Amino acid sequence: MTATALMVDERLLRTSPLRRLLGRPELGSVVGALAVFLFFALVADSFVRAAGLSTVLYAASTIGIMAVPVALLMIGGEFDLSAGVMVTSSALISSMFSFQMTANVWVGVGVSLLVTLAIGFFNGFMLTRTGLPSFIITLGTFLMLTGMNLGFTKLISGTVSTKTIADMEGFASARAVFASVLTVGGVDFKITILWWLGLVALASWILLRTRVGNWIFAVGGGKDAARAVGVPVDRTRIGLYMGVSLAAWIAGQHLLFSFDVVQSGEGVGKELTYIIAAVIGGCLITGGYGSAIGSAVGALIFGMTDKGIVFAEWNPDWFKFFLGAMLLLATLLNAWVRKRAEATK
Amino acid sequence: MARFRTWVGIAVAGALGASLAGCSSTGGKRAEDARKAASAQGGAAVDTPRWTFAMITHSGDGDTFWDIVQNGAEQAAVKDNIKFLYSHDDEAQQQAQLVDAAVDKGVDGIIVTLAKPDAMKAALARATKAGIPVITVNSGSAESKAFGALTHIGQDETIAGEAVGEELNRRGRKKTLCVLHEQGNVGHEQRCAGVRKTFDGTVRNLYVEGTDMSAVQASIGAKLQADRSVDAVVTLGAPYAGTAVKARQDAGSEAETVTFDLNAKVAASLKDGTLGFAVDQQPYLQGYEAVDLLWLHKYNADTLGGGRPVLTGPQIITKDQAAALEQYAERGTR
Repeated sequence: MTATALMVDERLLRTSPLRRLLGRPELGSVVGALAVFLFFALVADSFVRAAGLSTVLYAASTIGIMAVPVALLMIGGEFDLSAGVMVTSSALISSMFSFQMTANVWVGVGVSLLVTLAIGFFNGFMLTRTGLPSFIITLGTFLMLTGMNLGFTKLISGTVSTKTIADMEGFASARAVFASVLTVGGVDFKITILWWLGLVALASWILLRTRVGNWIFAVGGGKDAARAVGVPVDRTRIGLYMGVSLAAWIAGQHLLFSFDVVQSGEGVGKELTYIIAAVIGGCLITGGYGSAIGSAVGALIFGMTDKGIVFAEWNPDWFKFFLGAMLLLATLLNAWVRKRAEATK
Repeated sequence: MARFRTWVGIAVAGALGASLAGCSSTGGKRAEDARKAASAQGGAAVDTPRWTFAMITHSGDGDTFWDIVQNGAEQAAVKDNIKFLYSHDDEAQQQAQLVDAAVDKGVDGIIVTLAKPDAMKAALARATKAGIPVITVNSGSAESKAFGALTHIGQDETIAGEAVGEELNRRGRKKTLCVLHEQGNVGHEQRCAGVRKTFDGTVRNLYVEGTDMSAVQASIGAKLQADRSVDAVVTLGAPYAGTAVKARQDAGSEAETVTFDLNAKVAASLKDGTLGFAVDQQPYLQGYEAVDLLWLHKYNADTLGGGRPVLTGPQIITKDQAAALEQYAERGTR
């Protein structure tokens, strides 16, 4: 400590670029992603072909779209176990509303957005009002949504999947927005990749460049301390849950418009996938630490492993084992990198 | 891999040697090995190039039925000099992505299940565009042709249900419980609808949580205790037959238990009379024929079925045939 440093607030100290890089939450996961990529590039040659990479990116984007707001929520110190089935709910609502009302498909999409946001609001509102842990609140929502997905679909459509809306007005334009395929240099890329990157950019800007971002970190770091310094804790948490809803709506519309029929029983268990992606990407389970870019890298690792095992022609029975091992390794690496970074500050 | 196996073998042998004092003279691994040695295996019977076929199903993790399908496919792959790849996912989106991955790899043939047909449409279009022959198995007979598949191999679930209804009529049953262990499975709904169509008495649907066996047993037991007039229980999967039998015994009900599909335990229960009959769709055949037909298509441009689905069921199995089938079920091919 020199005399000048005593004069300057420690938060305004200039740190070297390398130190700053080491302090980033996603650094460990980037190293992990490179390792996974190199590994599969060596064992499976179709993995690194353009068509193979496009499939991997698509798989990553379907997870990543949801991993972004889930990561934000985890930075804010909360969980959302209803995120997986919410995607299915959102798709079911659009499809059935349009079909039953014989309305333009966009009407269903709009209604679905409102209802899905309402579910997110419900999660956040219950959390702030009851003071119960988010684990319990969203577990309840998860179970209720699972039942409602099946129950309502069976009640309204008479079967367990929705009826096709492919021949209705507005379907083509909605498909173009949510589920089109872009051909770049002879390779097909799904539009979800763009949605995903857009969400990552938006979330990163919110986290790092706005007041709301500071609120999220503050709420996750310490609720009472944050409230004491004037952070609107309740509004922030409700907003985070509605962010998850918004992404669930995007993912749900993609599900609907790429397949045009939705199976009501799906989405169960996906919520853990999103949480895993966020954790691999450097989010702490305890909150207050993490990044949106990290969640994207986590989703990419997940997608690479998921499809890489297929490209490498391994026995898929072992997939979950590798996933678990990778989760542990990535999290250990994160912890180690973080410890080093803090030690050199 | 081979060296790894040897080490594992040595380790297991060491552990076994330590516990040799407590050996069983019946059943167990030794009996299984003897059975395996007696059953088929061996090398390729043809000299066609080594093609690669990928099979992508909607199975969840660790499903007995799909294990048997895989066994059939692998047996045919050995015989036809085929490199056989298997992958599965019970989420429609993931399954479609797995088909995409197979197309990316440039495999020579694809075998796929259409439990969620609409989700697979685009992926199959990609496959046919790439000139990869596709055969659908097990589910999706209605969509198979429209999606550009060569043929469909499987059982028509409605017809299978009707066969069960007729057999129950023959046995003079009046009130049937149809146990659905997977909410949201269209094929299961069709089976119960088929039973309802031909059965002269009444049919009640009972939804149970298929991933939790004790809950299944409790639900069936409660239903049988609540309604003493039920005289037949139909389960839609082999693993649930034994559970239904237990529930019936606990509830002191006289209802006859019958089931779709077969496994070793069902064959044994048929033999000792605790199960009335089973209706089999021969999963081994679905896997075996799919690989074999793809091979025939590549080798000789043959197709089977004349544009119609090739049916592998229903086959009603009663006490009389069970004894012969038990050994096949035990080795995982029936």
